[in-house]
Amino acid sequence: MLEVKQMVVAYGRVNAVKGISFTVEKGQVVTLLGTNGAGKSTTLRAISGLIKLVSGEIWFEGERLDGLAAHKVVERGIAQSPEGRRLFRQMTVEDNLKLGAYSRKDGTAVKADMDRVYDLFPVLGERRQEAAGLFSGGEQQMLAIGRAMMSRPKLLMLDEPSMGLSPIMTQTIMTTIRELQAEGVTILLVEQNAQAALSLADRGYVLEVGQIMFSDSGRALLGDDRVRRAYLGAD
Amino acid sequence: MKALISDETKVRFRLPARVVSVVGALAVIASVFLPWAYGHEALDDVTFTGAPSPLQSFFLLLPGLVLLLLVVPFLGKQRLGRFAKAIAWNTSARTGSLATLATVVIALAAIAIELKGLINIEIGGWVAFGGALLAAVGTPLLPDSPEPTLDRVKTPKWAQIVGIVAMMAAVLFLASFALNQTDAGSFLTFGALLVGVVLVLRQLGVLGWLSIAAANNNRVLVLSAFVVAYAFPFTQNGSDANMSIASQVLIFAAAALGLNIVVGLVGLLDLGYIAFLGAGAFTAAILSESAFSTVDFHPPFLVTVLISGVVASLLGLLIGAPTLRVSGDYLAIVTLAFGEIFRITMNNLDGNDGPNLTNGSNGISGIPDLNFLGFDFGQAHTIFGVEIGRFANYYWLMLMVIALIIVVFMNLNYSRIGRGWVAIREDELAAEAMGVNTFALKLLAFAGGAFLAGVAGAVKAHHDVSVTPDQYVFLESAFLLAAVVLGGMGTVMGVLIGATILKLLPEKLRFFSEYRLLLFGLLMIVMMQFRPEGIIADERRQLEFHGEDEQLAEEIEEELITHHTHLFPERKGFVL
Repeated sequence: MLEVKQMVVAYGRVNAVKGISFTVEKGQVVTLLGTNGAGKSTTLRAISGLIKLVSGEIWFEGERLDGLAAHKVVERGIAQSPEGRRLFRQMTVEDNLKLGAYSRKDGTAVKADMDRVYDLFPVLGERRQEAAGLFSGGEQQMLAIGRAMMSRPKLLMLDEPSMGLSPIMTQTIMTTIRELQAEGVTILLVEQNAQAALSLADRGYVLEVGQIMFSDSGRALLGDDRVRRAYLGAD
Repeated sequence: MKALISDETKVRFRLPARVVSVVGALAVIASVFLPWAYGHEALDDVTFTGAPSPLQSFFLLLPGLVLLLLVVPFLGKQRLGRFAKAIAWNTSARTGSLATLATVVIALAAIAIELKGLINIEIGGWVAFGGALLAAVGTPLLPDSPEPTLDRVKTPKWAQIVGIVAMMAAVLFLASFALNQTDAGSFLTFGALLVGVVLVLRQLGVLGWLSIAAANNNRVLVLSAFVVAYAFPFTQNGSDANMSIASQVLIFAAAALGLNIVVGLVGLLDLGYIAFLGAGAFTAAILSESAFSTVDFHPPFLVTVLISGVVASLLGLLIGAPTLRVSGDYLAIVTLAFGEIFRITMNNLDGNDGPNLTNGSNGISGIPDLNFLGFDFGQAHTIFGVEIGRFANYYWLMLMVIALIIVVFMNLNYSRIGRGWVAIREDELAAEAMGVNTFALKLLAFAGGAFLAGVAGAVKAHHDVSVTPDQYVFLESAFLLAAVVLGGMGTVMGVLIGATILKLLPEKLRFFSEYRLLLFGLLMIVMMQFRPEGIIADERRQLEFHGEDEQLAEEIEEELITHHTHLFPERKGFVL
């Protein structure tokens, strides 16, 4: 479904991503693991069209994606919940969701999808007219995911959805991701919480300083010694 | 104040404090019937005994209010029923007496300056000062009242409408009185008095009640505001002095509303906006039938207006297309430079350094008045027995332009485009990630704002009779921006108020013109310190500036839930 080939992305002269290649198959949950500065968020930004590639290619459903403007990428069916949530804090929950659906023109279906988000996260439904900035971290994360879902993406990219959340909240978010997958949404997940991410990932890629070190199925990576040492706190 | 005097002291001395305050208020009231000055020149003559001048009569409002607030609850809180609790009696009286003192001080200072020396203040002035001082000392010793809840008292719809109409009528009446104060002393004294009354009304909760009533009856509010604005020329008895200022204010306000889209909604800092006004003005001047016009094409004004708007927005596109891809600071610098380039170019299009289009620094003068279907804007017309002069004609025309701008602005603000704009302002990257075509939307805002300025400029050309490059200097851009920021970014009402203040004050305080910039600098610093969101706050923006203030957050939350959502589920309130 999504294929990244030899992608290089740079900030100025510094290459943040140094020629990585990976694929995401339809219906899968794929996770990118790695420490800070490994290039995970940069990878997502590049796919979204927020940064230009230096070289390499991105293919989505048989079409070339790199070089497209960000709003065109959203129209093709890729949504992102960016790192640090980046909600529109002064806007109401409802307006945030409407912005998530900005690329869509089918008003009634948008309304239905909005109700679906409210069903999924009742807290948001109860306080839909409140400014997003007034919500707790976990609630904001729900809104960020809900907002990204509003474009009805074929591929949903989540950048560290568990960041700063309590274990219980993290669990809720992970359950939601599993539910979304069950509904047929393909998910590309960037996480620091390797345990949580790998236990639901079909496939995992481990990034270090802009390069993919190795990859395997989620289950296999959970048992991998290198992963256990680096990300799961085992000796 | 609270820290200085403990609550126990206040409760213990509440009776003597009240007596002192009442005596003070009575003295101030009595002083109005005494002469304040020895000379006739100061404050439009305040030398009569027993016959207060109009200014003095208005002044009675403040001490009168203070007296009522002090005496009424004392006579019997029980008899007042629910209203007794809804009003912050003591705190309002405190605000009132401090405002009284401030007004008296300004009035006395004006007398002393105009007649050269404190010696010229007569007994009435000193009685007023003494009384105001007594009240200002007495009232802070009264116990604090609880927060007013007048705004939560349920009132029938007709009462709300009456309230709005009364407010608008008061605005019309007071504005025309204020504008007719020709000397700076009277104008300042009256201004201080009005500010004082507004502060007391706010403390009372009357303003809160009015704003809810206004939100409830939006159409009534907008309609009555326009009726009042249209009625204004009738209060001027054919005099052009104030109408000239008023029409300038409206032209300035129209440009500020255009800038408000760019700065207030989208958050793009444009420091050269005046160039778009200038582009419109020059286009209209060149296309006019002026003897100095440099082309042989003179279409009717309606066509000219459109061409002016289009020329301005083309310039907007020209400057926006390469720069809107970069963010914030760069745009500010580029637009700043663009404003100067525009002015210098207009100076150089004089036939020597380039083609002759603008006659260089002489500009284009002798631009004829507008003429719509035989209605000559240059002639005075008599309507309902009142003579309506030249400037009043332009004033009315600009009101129509502004009405149109407001309709467009409000519709955009709550449309898909408006939502995209606000999203860009709040977090451009997130907006982009959501699929907002940020570049196209920014360009649209830039060109749209320029179009509005171009239209305002076209009217300005005919209004001003001549157009020269030196009218469009950077300082004017700065003032436009100040009007938007001072009034409240992203709101219509705020920008109208900001534009009025910034254009009216310099006209009325000419003696101060040398210190004008100093005064505005101070004003901006004070505003940024105490009310960064501007005079009228945009609901969305309030959070931006006071995000950490939990209490405020809760208040907004409560307000949003309690009334706005019920009132306008589809529009979420209407900021005007």
